[in-house]
Amino acid sequence: MSQKMFEPGITAGRLEASAYADQFSDLHPPLDPHEALVAADRCYFCHDAPCITACPTDIDIPLFIRQIATGTPDAAAKTILSQNIMGGMCARVCPTEQLCEQACVREAAEGKPVKIGELQRFATDHLQQQGKHPFERATPTGKRVAVVGAGPAGLSCAHRLAMMGHEVVVHDARPKPGGLNEYGIATYKTTNGFAQAEVDWLMQIGGITLQTGSALGADITLEGLKADYDAVFLGMGLGGVNALGADGEDKTGVLDAVDFIADLRQAGDVAQVPIGRDVVVIGGGMTAIDAAVQAKLLGALNVTLVYRRGRDRMNASVFEQDLAASKGVRIVNHAVPVAVHGNGAVREIEFEYVDADMKGTGQMLRLAADQVFKAIGQTLQGDALPALEGRKIKVDGTGRTSVDGIWAGGDCASGGDDLTVTAVAEGRDAAMDIHMTLVG
Amino acid sequence: MADLRSEFVGIKSPNPFWLASAPPTDKEYNVRRAFEAGWGGVVWKTLGIDPPVVNVNGPRYGAIYGADRRLLGLNNIELITDRPLALNLQEIKSVKRDYPDRAMVVSLMVPCEEEPWKFILPLVEETGADGVELNFGCPHGMSERGMGAAVGQVPEYIEMVTRWVKASTRMPVIVKLTPNIADIRKPAEAAQRGGADAVSLINTINSITSVDLDLFAPEPTIDGKGAHGGYCGPAVKPIALNMVAEIARDPGLSQIPISGIGGVTTWRDAAEFMALGAGNVQVCTAAMTYGFKIVEEMISGLSEYMDGKGMTSVDELVRKAVPNVTDWNQLNLNYIAKAKINEDLCISCGRCFAACEDTSHQAIAMSEDRTFSVIDEECVACNLCVNVCPVENCITMEAMTPGTTDPRTGKVVEADYANWTTHPNNPAATAAE
Repeated sequence: MSQKMFEPGITAGRLEASAYADQFSDLHPPLDPHEALVAADRCYFCHDAPCITACPTDIDIPLFIRQIATGTPDAAAKTILSQNIMGGMCARVCPTEQLCEQACVREAAEGKPVKIGELQRFATDHLQQQGKHPFERATPTGKRVAVVGAGPAGLSCAHRLAMMGHEVVVHDARPKPGGLNEYGIATYKTTNGFAQAEVDWLMQIGGITLQTGSALGADITLEGLKADYDAVFLGMGLGGVNALGADGEDKTGVLDAVDFIADLRQAGDVAQVPIGRDVVVIGGGMTAIDAAVQAKLLGALNVTLVYRRGRDRMNASVFEQDLAASKGVRIVNHAVPVAVHGNGAVREIEFEYVDADMKGTGQMLRLAADQVFKAIGQTLQGDALPALEGRKIKVDGTGRTSVDGIWAGGDCASGGDDLTVTAVAEGRDAAMDIHMTLVG
Repeated sequence: MADLRSEFVGIKSPNPFWLASAPPTDKEYNVRRAFEAGWGGVVWKTLGIDPPVVNVNGPRYGAIYGADRRLLGLNNIELITDRPLALNLQEIKSVKRDYPDRAMVVSLMVPCEEEPWKFILPLVEETGADGVELNFGCPHGMSERGMGAAVGQVPEYIEMVTRWVKASTRMPVIVKLTPNIADIRKPAEAAQRGGADAVSLINTINSITSVDLDLFAPEPTIDGKGAHGGYCGPAVKPIALNMVAEIARDPGLSQIPISGIGGVTTWRDAAEFMALGAGNVQVCTAAMTYGFKIVEEMISGLSEYMDGKGMTSVDELVRKAVPNVTDWNQLNLNYIAKAKINEDLCISCGRCFAACEDTSHQAIAMSEDRTFSVIDEECVACNLCVNVCPVENCITMEAMTPGTTDPRTGKVVEADYANWTTHPNNPAATAAE
């Protein structure tokens, strides 16, 4: 037991040095070949399978599972990747229990779906770990497309465009490509630098130039891109973090969950990442869960996740909620923050319980806190963008914006869930529309 | 608990489950373990004339699998016992002395001459064994030497050898038949003519289970080559059941006792063989897959089933289904059924739809929300949807009531029985009256 376990305040090294590797190991260790065959044998090869319908990228799941079952995992990987070039990452981070695996008929039959996500990882890992790239670039078309954002939407769009023979330049504000895959996903979901390895593998298609440290609005402008390229695809993330709207939220120790998650991912040694003894996370989505669970894994003694509505309204899946609970995170529902207390640094945070209509009940809750993570959503930043719908760029079914020659997809665009897999689908579909527009 | 005691050609055993002549019954050690586990009897692995045969020193078995590597079929190229005759005889005697209530039958295969049979039979008798089984079935290795299936494929030889054996022993003689022939009744008739007390079937089926696609050689592969072997296990059960039934329902053969062999894996398989005419069953592959302990399930399962049917002796089950085995041209063409899908049990996999739409009669409808229903106007009751459905009893075949109208044909379902022999479309039809 580390001496620092009970130490108040924000400090690194709350656990024994040897404990961190285990804490942040793969959430779902990869299936070995035997496990994969056993899992694959359970697939019924359904007609017009519900799992395909449930997949935002329409991967032919029964086919790839049959390919695994018959000893051809690389063919399975090609089936997956031809629909979803980031099939490897999606296998790790997709909320499969809400998508393909929820639709699996064996979920209806026995409450135990085929392990589609883990099988997808088995196949894509098998191919990618050999360094094989199964697609070839078409004859160059001479057309040039700019992609803004090297996240799932942008990279998916770039890969498809490059495959069709176009020349693509991808701009990203951050030093590394990958977007949320690199900066925004819990460490235990994508271990061993997988996000970077996947980007490197994806780039093997050729025809894609990556310009990191190139931010829209600062280093490049939409006007400029529109003038320099035959088409533009916008696939930025949501840069702004919503405020709590509680008194005292500017106190030291009140942080954005996305920054915490990014710092953890980029930390060479997670043991060096400081964490509070009493941590409160505010929000009900995947980001909130990722932050709360990782705070616990870093050795925080008490981690409480507070969400303003009931559990059923949380964006985080039941699986994620259970994961958090199993790691010792306490989940409090129906409470909104009203004040952050403390002298300079946060010491306590005060909530009011609210009813189903978000009306205050007068019942209060005070939680000790030396660190508070805000995870109540992000917003699109930037001006001179195409027309918005709500707070996102308005797009049609193939990603066309209000401006001719500009497409958008992923978190910055309207419609769809803010999932990696949705972003990949939108990037891919926009690429096909751009291609048809440029050569059609 | 039902009384499972069995008497087969005068040989008594506490239950009708014997281990077939095969690797599990090659040695005293194994057979003692089998008897301790509860097997009713064994047929000791086939003895021959010294010097013993030799086996290959590479793999002897090949397999095919179902889902989750469930072994469905096994193929072997092992020969008869490769141990000296005297050693086997001594062990048989020792085991029989210690387990007098169990059936001890000895399988034999010697050259197709009278002298070797006259030589070996008294030696077997001396062990106290209850009977002999003549191995006319082995499809590999021995048949090339003029034994095993080489005899079993020529009815005249079967008759001749059986006659020699009957003349040289007081023990009951069971003739084991090879399925590698066109009509199983011919060798059975020959065995009967030769005086056999019973037949046992089936021996293994000539087979190549798989091909190594790197070596381009059949498996099991011995130094780059493979030879056909004998196929057994659950996959051969339907073939064996048919052959047992063919003998059981043949008027000329209906009196000869049958020991049923071929893929018996559970009590249910055993019950099916017995219902089709087998007086008892012999098991091998199931024991080789799961060990001897499976006999406990066979005993409890058959007993529970018999209790449920009010049967007090296994003889009540034997031949119970034989009267219902008939020829196709005797089937009632006025019997009309329709598939029915139980929506509460349906898991919406759509396999019935794919099967019917792609390969059958387009008689299943699929709605937007994946509800599957039978189109009675198209359904011919082929049963394929039942067979491909992963949920037991989700799809059933429901007989139409006579007097109602079949929406497929627009004709009223007749109550009377009518078969192909009287059907107007049959050029050779005989008048109905």
